[in-house]
Amino acid sequence: MITLTINRRPVSVPQGTLLLKAVEEAGITLPSLCHHDALAPYGACRLCMVMITAPYRALVASCTYPVEEGLVVETDAPEAVQARRLALEFLMSRCPRSDVIRKMAEKEGVTASRFGMPSTEQTDELCVLCGLCVRVCRELIGAAAIGFTGRGSERRVGAPFDFQSDACIGCGACAEVCPTGAIQMEDRGNQRILRAWNTRITLSACPECGRFFTPEPTRFLKKMLPEIETYWEVCPDCRRQKTSRQWLNAQ
Amino acid sequence: MKIKTPSDLEKLRDQGQCMLSPQKPRVSVGMATCGLAAGAGAVFDALRQAADNLRLDLTLVSAGCIGCCQEEPLVDVRMPGFGRVLYARMTPEGADRLIRSLASGELPHENALAYIPEEGSDTPKSAEVLSGLVPINALPFYAKQHKVILRNSGLIDPQSIEEYAARGGYKSLLLALLQLSPHEIIDEITRSGLRGRGGGGFPTGKKWEVCSRAAGTARFIICNADEGDPGAYMDRTVLESDPYAVIEGMTIGGYAIGASQGYVYVRNEYPLAIDRINHAIERSTECGLLGEDILGTDFTFSIQVIRGAGAFVCGEETALIASLEGGLGEPRPRPPYPAVSGLWGKPTLINNVKTWASVAAIIRKGPEWYAGIGTKGNAGTAVFSLVGKVANTGLVEIPLGLTLEEMIQGIGGGGLAGKRVKAVQTGGPSGGCIPADLFHLPIDYASLTQAGSIMGSGGMVVMDEDTCMVDVARYFLRFTMEESCGKCTPCREGARYMYAILTRIIEGEATPEDLVLLEEIAMWVKEASLCGLGQTAPNPVLSTLRYFRDEYDAHVREKRCPAGVCRALIKLTINAERCTGCGLCLRECPVGAIRGKKKAPHIIDPDLCTHCRTCYDICPEKAVEIVR
Ligand SMILES: Cc1cc2nc3c(=O)[nH]c(=O)nc-3n(C[C@H](O)[C@H](O)[C@H](O)COP(=O)(O)O)c2cc1C
Ligand code: SF4
Ligand code: SF4
Ligand code: FES
Repeated sequence: MITLTINRRPVSVPQGTLLLKAVEEAGITLPSLCHHDALAPYGACRLCMVMITAPYRALVASCTYPVEEGLVVETDAPEAVQARRLALEFLMSRCPRSDVIRKMAEKEGVTASRFGMPSTEQTDELCVLCGLCVRVCRELIGAAAIGFTGRGSERRVGAPFDFQSDACIGCGACAEVCPTGAIQMEDRGNQRILRAWNTRITLSACPECGRFFTPEPTRFLKKMLPEIETYWEVCPDCRRQKTSRQWLNAQ
Repeated sequence: MKIKTPSDLEKLRDQGQCMLSPQKPRVSVGMATCGLAAGAGAVFDALRQAADNLRLDLTLVSAGCIGCCQEEPLVDVRMPGFGRVLYARMTPEGADRLIRSLASGELPHENALAYIPEEGSDTPKSAEVLSGLVPINALPFYAKQHKVILRNSGLIDPQSIEEYAARGGYKSLLLALLQLSPHEIIDEITRSGLRGRGGGGFPTGKKWEVCSRAAGTARFIICNADEGDPGAYMDRTVLESDPYAVIEGMTIGGYAIGASQGYVYVRNEYPLAIDRINHAIERSTECGLLGEDILGTDFTFSIQVIRGAGAFVCGEETALIASLEGGLGEPRPRPPYPAVSGLWGKPTLINNVKTWASVAAIIRKGPEWYAGIGTKGNAGTAVFSLVGKVANTGLVEIPLGLTLEEMIQGIGGGGLAGKRVKAVQTGGPSGGCIPADLFHLPIDYASLTQAGSIMGSGGMVVMDEDTCMVDVARYFLRFTMEESCGKCTPCREGARYMYAILTRIIEGEATPEDLVLLEEIAMWVKEASLCGLGQTAPNPVLSTLRYFRDEYDAHVREKRCPAGVCRALIKLTINAERCTGCGLCLRECPVGAIRGKKKAPHIIDPDLCTHCRTCYDICPEKAVEIVR
């Protein structure tokens, strides 16, 4: 175990814990957008900044900083509060219509952004470039169907050249993980539509009830995961009914 | 021939010695990219042609950069028994005359910049031939220089392993492999006090130590030759002028930390550097100085050249590694540092070109020798490219601790055409502007950082009274803003907003509150950004706000640009007393804002004038004046 000081109180956490988690352990919530426990540390949104005063004095992103013995942390240092607020102000001006950002900002005491940007005013931009969608697709799903394009303020997420990617299996993990709801997923008829990626995936129908339920491309998983092979046969509802019937019959 | 023993190396060295001081004239032309740009190629061809015509037997060499780039094309001529002379600003015609003189047994003085003193050349004959010329080290440009990194630059044929050996090359590798343990090598580098020359100035020995101790078996060496700062060409020059020095340094590094593979990551825009380093790798491998069983030991080391994609941020070590792995060239948070987990997650020792080029010199001459150059905590030498509004420009290598004054007034020869030097920007776009009243500061890591700038990789841009500091800050910020990868919020959003404020300032539309906001955002971008690019991007803004606040105030409060640069804030008028009515400006003005009869004073219509300065620049009488 490692003992560190957070806001003048000692906290003990296992070695290898990220500072963001240790701060949570101490009952303090920091704003954060780009961190996800299941993904590698990334440190892009810079919302989770805290001040460390020992072993040296610096502002650090807590989500990428591994704890160390004797670390002294102040989440309430004026510089840290200021850094978090500025990041929120800028994200507010980037995504003026995002409720998620607005609520997060309010919690940090920011009600309006001073930075109206001529190019982003009146925009319906929701993406904060946290990269969760890109990373979940690459690190967890293993598809790497989407990525970043453009440098600096031109940076965007998307499928390569904005064409539907062959690698996309239509799992929807990106839409699920997106903190701001920038990725909408819609199932219509036998189509799953991910507009943000210009992507349409064919769904296969349940042989029992005819409902479209699973993306065609995920069928390759059938071979990889024989233990759940039956998942692809019928839709979850029919499977439930089938299993309960079997069970009742057995009774 | 494979070099396996000390006596094999001795033979290589003797061959090189004969090539460096042949019994016939040796004519070498500075043919690094800087020389080629000045026309060295045509001079080289003219020399060859003239020598062929006259059947003059000579050695003609295409060498690297000789240093005083503004005097290029440079030709260095060594006449056995006569001496050695450096000729400046050569032309093909001059080259022709030079060869004629050489053929008739003369070492002429036409175009001679200085003579180069050589051992054994102080004969009565040479005293007679060279009389009237100054020795090169008496030129103010060279007097305070101390060449370690550029020790062979311009002196040898960069393609010739023999000439490199003749200058002491590969002695260090021999010493390292046959007499020193890896631990002893790291210890020597540590004691030398060498710090990374890629910008950060991290103690090199300490980095090697950490890397050699990191867990794991496979390890890698990387030479960072991405050099993306505009105006910087130090690393390119080293690779073009002395590639074997970089290879020898990397090989010693490989032995010290237990790596068998090295990479040189070089930007694609450097074709000559890529050719030269590839050629040197090939030759070293042929000679058994790279590859398996180097120098007859069981140590194996190879080097591969990888071309970078050309983004500035790819010079940042974690982005460089991601790009080497074939991924997106984007920084990631540290720790873990590459020395512990770098390429493919393995311990990786990454150093700058100049750092690598220093290594062999340190091993050969000893850490105490190196530590004795420069000042405490700032050992050794560093290379700068001195450019801008200064009399002498070029590539300069100095011992650290020299003052800015000695650099700019001494080596640089002061301002241009009697203008007063106002400031110097060190460290490229990530550095800050240091005002002339701080030129007593020594050039070292701590002093420059304290002054709000950085050492960086060695850019030095001199500015005079005609430079607007707000405009300068905006210029550099534009570069970093465009090179930002866009991953983290402060650098992506903050830099863009700062740029918008600076644009408002030079257009005369900013308010005093904008200045407050500018400073607030700048501090945040500096402290909250993920990588060094964002962390240093505000330096030009913060340093000019600190030292030239009056210029900002003039723009914001008085709507005035004191340097007369910002278009929206100046007015152009014609001085009736000086104007001869030649009509040149009237014809050239793109918007037809100038009126006047021939031979009578002309006037500018302020309502039509767009302040483009065309008339100001072309008036032969200097009658157009800028009202600031
Ligand atoms: C934006 C950015 C660009 C960089 N560009 C370079 C470069 O072109 N060359 C270089 O050697 N180091 C560059 N660095 C520094 C490297 O990250 C790294 O510190 C250096 O290669 C280490 O070598 P050294 O210890 O020999 O200086 C850059 C850093 C940043 C943040
Ligand atoms: S689309 Fe959503 S998950 Fe993807 S980068 Fe943007 S905000 Fe993050
Ligand atoms: S500081 Fe700039 S260049 Fe570095 S990670 Fe952030 S956005 Fe990219
Ligand atoms: S949550 Fe820490 S930087 Fe985004």
